[in-house]
Amino acid sequence: MSDATLQRYHRQGRRNALLVAVLGLAALAALLLDLVTGPAGLPLADTLRALTGGEVARGTQVIVWDVRLPVACMALLVGAALALAGAEMQTVLENPLAEPFTLGVSSSAALGAAVAIVLGLTLPGLPAVWSVSGNAFLFALGALGLLQLLGRIRGGGPEVLILFGVALNFTAAALLSLLQFVASADALQQLVFWTMGSLASAQWPGVVLIGVVLAVAVPFSFRAAWKLTALRLGEDQAKSFGVDVAGLRRWTLLRVSLLAASAVSMVGVIGFVGLAGPHIARMLVGENHRVFLPASILTGALVMSLASTLSKTLVPGVLLPVGLVTSLIGLPIFFALILRGRRR
Amino acid sequence: MQGLLAQGISVRYGARSVLAGLDLPLLRPGEVTVLAGPNAAGKSTLLRAIAQLQPHGGQVLLDGQDLAHVPMRDRARLIGFMPQSLPSSSSLVALESVIAALRAGETLGARQADAAAMAVLDKLGIGALALEPLSALSGGQRQMVSLAQAIVRDPRLLLLDEPTSALDLARQVRLLSELRRLAGEGRIVVAVLHDLALAAQWADRIVLIHGGHTHAEGAPEQVLTPQLLAQVYGVEARVERCSRGRIMVLIDGEHAPG
Repeated sequence: MSDATLQRYHRQGRRNALLVAVLGLAALAALLLDLVTGPAGLPLADTLRALTGGEVARGTQVIVWDVRLPVACMALLVGAALALAGAEMQTVLENPLAEPFTLGVSSSAALGAAVAIVLGLTLPGLPAVWSVSGNAFLFALGALGLLQLLGRIRGGGPEVLILFGVALNFTAAALLSLLQFVASADALQQLVFWTMGSLASAQWPGVVLIGVVLAVAVPFSFRAAWKLTALRLGEDQAKSFGVDVAGLRRWTLLRVSLLAASAVSMVGVIGFVGLAGPHIARMLVGENHRVFLPASILTGALVMSLASTLSKTLVPGVLLPVGLVTSLIGLPIFFALILRGRRR
Repeated sequence: MQGLLAQGISVRYGARSVLAGLDLPLLRPGEVTVLAGPNAAGKSTLLRAIAQLQPHGGQVLLDGQDLAHVPMRDRARLIGFMPQSLPSSSSLVALESVIAALRAGETLGARQADAAAMAVLDKLGIGALALEPLSALSGGQRQMVSLAQAIVRDPRLLLLDEPTSALDLARQVRLLSELRRLAGEGRIVVAVLHDLALAAQWADRIVLIHGGHTHAEGAPEQVLTPQLLAQVYGVEARVERCSRGRIMVLIDGEHAPG
């Protein structure tokens, strides 16, 4: 009997691996869909030819390579980074609601951007185009640093960290409102797009940066997969299995900080993806982090890529802020999934 | 020196002292020891301190080596710990959770770990639950899975916190006879139990913990006496000898002091 059970377990493992592969393909398909939608109405054949370096009009070349591809790649990578950050946060903080948005990282980034836009305060030596993103990054990183520091001082259990995060979220939001109150009409316009999350300003250097952060963080995440899985059984259990829980928590939060800060500093506040990516992945493949983490990454990428397409097509001729789309379209889907999961 | 020696164990939660320099007798390999005592006596805290899951004063020596100085990973090989309960929200399947007990600390091959985890579940008679998510199991079934996690690394010292609290009669017998067998193979087994009848039947030694100290210890018939039970629990008790030399504790009511 035990052999048959083991075989069934391994079959489930293969099924989960296949699901991850399907998610990957779906994310790739979403990327292509994102590439072929837009106000210029390029035919699919032209887009593909431009992508593969074939003969196309100069205009098509520019639209595909300089306008659409960076935006589409940014959507994919930001979705992946936010979902991975959310998945790991939920595990190490032992709270299903933890993600960069709920812990105030996103609103701190927005606050950083607002400080740059409204008050003109930026880091010396940073090129003007990077000043807003740079400030956002610093504030997001600062928020997570503050969170960890406060948690350390108070003897940092997960509940304490979550409470600090929520408090930080409200503080950043309040300060942001204050800045909006004193901002000029012009600055306000910029700010609004920033607080709603927008892919419109995505450019290659930003794409490369977040790609590098992901490439560095992901292998470490995967290597910690069994440790994170053990933590789902409780802190005492993980410790008795030989996991240095305090160290795991510290390193994971550092990785998550970099991921979250670089994602929100590129595109502004994007809710829902960091929460829903992991939850959808969990419903699909369970909580063994060896499949759960890749599934979260790909789900996040897929959701964000679809949101990018929708932000262009939902209202013809208008580019909606993508954060608005993820929240409006994503939440009902999310609730439907939760309710369905409950019934089973 | 073979065995477990815990000396001067003290734990404070803030201003409240839970254990105040508690000493345990030397617990030898092959013995099943039951920690008993009233609620909040510090039994679970003591167990967690021995497992090094709880910061504490004093010294815990296993076969002569101070557990506080053993690296975490090696400690996991020496100690199996079974908590009072596993989280009921996890969608991990039982088998995966036992594999995690093997692979979280060690770099063990997948095939080897999978087979070892499955073998333990089979041995405990819960092989049929291997692919069930923990969230779908009953409290008692989760407790058996938790036991599997504790013994799968084949530890020298087994610490169990109320391992039978959610088990039916058959599973209680299964778990306790498994503990006996493991002790018989030369392991040290320490369990917190509230059920004194079970303790009397299965333990080689009972340690009564009261007020942060070891109040009494010894073989069941030495510890389960009307006087000691009145002192520790404040109950009026009779201790009867039954067939096969077993002792039975009958509680008549609360103890009227004086």
